Order: sequence, then C-alpha cells, then structure tokens
Amino acid sequence: MDAIRVNNLTKRYGSVLAVDGIDFTVPVGATVGLLGGNGAGKTTTIAMLLGLLIPSEGSIEVLGHAMARDRFAALARMNFSSPYVLLPQRLTVAQNLRIYGHLYNVPKLERRINELAEALDLTELLDRRTGQLSAGQKTRVGLAKALVNRPELLLLDEPTASLDPDSGDWVRSWLERYRAESGCTILLASHNMAEVERLCSDVLMLKTGRIVDRGSPQELLDRYGQEDLEEVFLDIARNRGLRDGRPAGGRAAGKPAAGKTAEATA
Amino acid sequence: MKHSARRIWGLMYRHLVLYRNSWPRLVELAYWPVLQMLIWGFTATFIATRMSAGPAVTAGAMLLGGVLLWEVALRSQMGVAVSFLEELWSRNLGHVFVSPMRPWEMVTAMLGMSVLRVLFGVLPAVLVAWLLYAYNLFALGPVLVLFFANLMLMGWWVALFVVALILRHGAGAESLAWTMLFALTPFSAVFYPVSVLPKAMQAIAYALPSAHVFEGMRGVLLHDTVRWDHLAAAFALNGVWMAIATLVFAGQFRAARMSGALLNIGE
Repeated sequence: MDAIRVNNLTKRYGSVLAVDGIDFTVPVGATVGLLGGNGAGKTTTIAMLLGLLIPSEGSIEVLGHAMARDRFAALARMNFSSPYVLLPQRLTVAQNLRIYGHLYNVPKLERRINELAEALDLTELLDRRTGQLSAGQKTRVGLAKALVNRPELLLLDEPTASLDPDSGDWVRSWLERYRAESGCTILLASHNMAEVERLCSDVLMLKTGRIVDRGSPQELLDRYGQEDLEEVFLDIARNRGLRDGRPAGGRAAGKPAAGKTAEATA
Repeated sequence: MKHSARRIWGLMYRHLVLYRNSWPRLVELAYWPVLQMLIWGFTATFIATRMSAGPAVTAGAMLLGGVLLWEVALRSQMGVAVSFLEELWSRNLGHVFVSPMRPWEMVTAMLGMSVLRVLFGVLPAVLVAWLLYAYNLFALGPVLVLFFANLMLMGWWVALFVVALILRHGAGAESLAWTMLFALTPFSAVFYPVSVLPKAMQAIAYALPSAHVFEGMRGVLLHDTVRWDHLAAAFALNGVWMAIATLVFAGQFRAARMSGALLNIGE
C-alpha cells in the first residue's frame, strides 16, 4: 500500500520546466527524503502534493485519493509544516492550535492540544503569543499544528532550518520517535544531509526537475563512493558522476532499497 | 455540513481572537464610521442653520442617512477583503489552503466576519447620530432592513472582485480593499439623486444596486413612499453581480493554483 503515488508529474511555468515528468511512490510508514539544490523542484513537488499547485501533466494519488478530483478527502488525513509558512504571530499557541483543530475537525480538541503540548514541551508556552517565541519554539509549535489531526501523511519542508544544533537534534529525535510510535508516513524536503541520513529510509535526489537518483542513504553512499550524503549531493550537483563511471544527472537506474522504499523513475 | 460549519467557525474564531488580542484593530472598526458621522453631522447642522425648518430636516436626514447607509456597504466590503488580507499579512494562507477547508467555506467565514464588522462599525456611528444630532436611522422603518441587506450584498461582491484581484496580482493589489468601493461612490447617488448625473453616468448608476437603494431612501424621506421597483432592481442587480463575482473569484482561485500564486501571494 502506497501513501503517495506520483505518475509523470510535470509542472511548467511558461517556458520553464520546474518538474519534469517524475514518477515515484512512497509506501505507508516510510520516511522519504526529497533532496536537491535550489530550483531542483522540491517545493514545487510538495506544493503539488498538497494541492496548492495544479500539475501541468501527470497524476498524484495521496492515501488512495486522486488529488485532481478528491483533494479535500486527502487533505483531511495529511498535514504540513514549514518554517516558511507561518502561523498568525499575534495569536497565542493555544489559539493557533485551536483554529487548526477546528479546520481539521479534530474531536476532543482541548484534550488533543494538551497532549501535543505535553509531547512537544509546549505546555508553558500555550498562552504565549506565537510571534514572541524563539525559532526552536516556533518549530515545535509548527509541528504541533502539523500533528493536530493525527495525520497519516506528514509533509515537512526543511523542518530544522534556522535551528541551532541542539534544537535541531531535539526535533530530529522527536520525529524519529513519533514515526516509530505512530507509523505515520513522512516526506521530508531538506538541505540538511545529516538529517536526511538519520531520518530517511529512502532518498529521492532531484535536479532540474528530474529525479536523478534514488535509494537508501547507505546505497547512495556506496554508489557514489562517498562518506556522507553531502558529498553525494555535491557529486550530483556538480555532475561528478557515479563511482562506476556513469554520469550523474541522467536517468536513475539504481536498485530500490529493500523493505520500505520509495520507488522512482524519471 | 457539520464539518463545514466547524471549519467556518474555526476561521471566524481566528479573526475574533485577533481582534480580542489587538485593541487598535477593535478601535479601527468604529473609527472611520464615527469620524464620518461627526464631520457630516456638523456639516448637516451648519447647512440646517441656513435653511427653513422643513427642508433643513429633510436635507439633514438625507445626508446623515446617506453617510450611515454607505458605511454599511463600505464596512461590509472591507470586512471580507481585510479578513483575507489578514491571512496574507500573517503569511498563514498556505496553511489554510492545505487544510480541508473548501474555498466556499473560507468565503463564508469572511462574510460572517463582514457582518460582525458592519455591526461593530456602523452601530456606534448610528448611536453618535442619535446622541449628537437627534437623527434616528431606524425612523426609516422596516424597509431599512432591506436597504441594509442590499448594501451588505453589494459590499460582498465588490470584496470578491478585490480578493480575486489580490489572488491575481498579489499584495500589490491590496490597496483596492480600501479604494474600490470609493470609486463607485459618485455613481451610487449617495447624497444626490441619480437625475443630477449626466446621462452616460446615469446608465452606470442604475447598473449598481446602491443607486437604487439611495433612490429608495430618498423616496421614503421625501415622499414617505417605499419604492419597491428600486428595491426589486437592487436585489436583482446584486444577484447578477454576485454571480459574476463568484465566477471571477473561482476562476482566479484556480488560476492561482495553476500559476503558483498561492505559494508567493504575499509578495
């Protein structure tokens, strides 16, 4: 069973091809990383998965719902967090969580808010204005909002961007624990290679709108003969090629990772 | 339906707590209507001192009635448009649009906020008119409800056009939230009859529900007659304009999802 099925997904802005006919699936329960440089198509892909953007071609199925005709059924079962999309800063943390609890029709909302506050160490902050919080605290509030409806699919756009190492580590540990406990599927876009290596069972490497490679972090390291994903990222970004001599930036041919894997072709 | 009602309440709650947390926003609700009433009220009082008693009372009533009723349309339009802009300013639209909230539910929540903004904006001005100038708007009688309803409807469809333009042009179009209805004021015959306008402008005026409402108001004040023909025309025109505005809004919303404008609408 796949949480996400993407077929021939394409997005054109006039003559600019932002996403170029990508195909991939994300199995239920997997944590998949979407890696790529600026302009690689990560944000555009996530926006199409969320229904914010209509694809030029191709289809998206999320949790069994076709996004083109049934996106609201899917949106009720998923959620999203990004440091670049803010919550109203003048409202308190509790007020913000209450709003999204209503928008997602969360039953026993006050109890859910208290559960999340306890889990994410927000209890003391519930009556504070969101705009007065530190970056780390805001990230935790964003996560609480993203989890308010107990999503089966969580889309995270650079969840630890602008956090100090301690706060970033706290968020990563928390996400690992949450995924293990809830079985939630996570699609994570990030520039933090250590984060992707730690959290993701599979990685989709994007470049100029195409998926140029895929596999588990270990498979990618082996394939490129590198010690860490940052070097793999640089190999792909700079067209330095694979260890076996094939050029990077072309059609991905790597064997999918065993078990919970994202399968992709471009 | 129950789920829709809860989502609509969720977005209204978002704006209600915003007002509760921000006294400048609360003051702003009544600031302009009361200020307008003070300026026009004293102007009417001054004019009245230069006229004989009967015409002075009627002229004053038309002026103050015009000010108060036009504020209904203005506050109604701003109630919708500013609610949308608040989401844009707080960069929160992305979260709203990826929630299960349907566009029509979002619009309904904004209309609900518009009703509240009209009540909290116009009622203090009505009170000022009564206390300072002994002008009772409710003396127009039950037909006042129909005038109110028409002007609120007009505010709503103008606001839908404004929101559609913001969806198309981004925050650069936000000034339309304050200016668009003012552009229709000369054609709305708020303070003078449509007949004083040049012929070409009369045609535009009669295409607007507001001109029919104010002709109706003058019918009540001058002749003590309810002009049902004008009221029927106002409701019919509101229906037509609302249908056009809804289609434009829906088209622009889809166009924004095609162009990616929902991702960077704050710019």
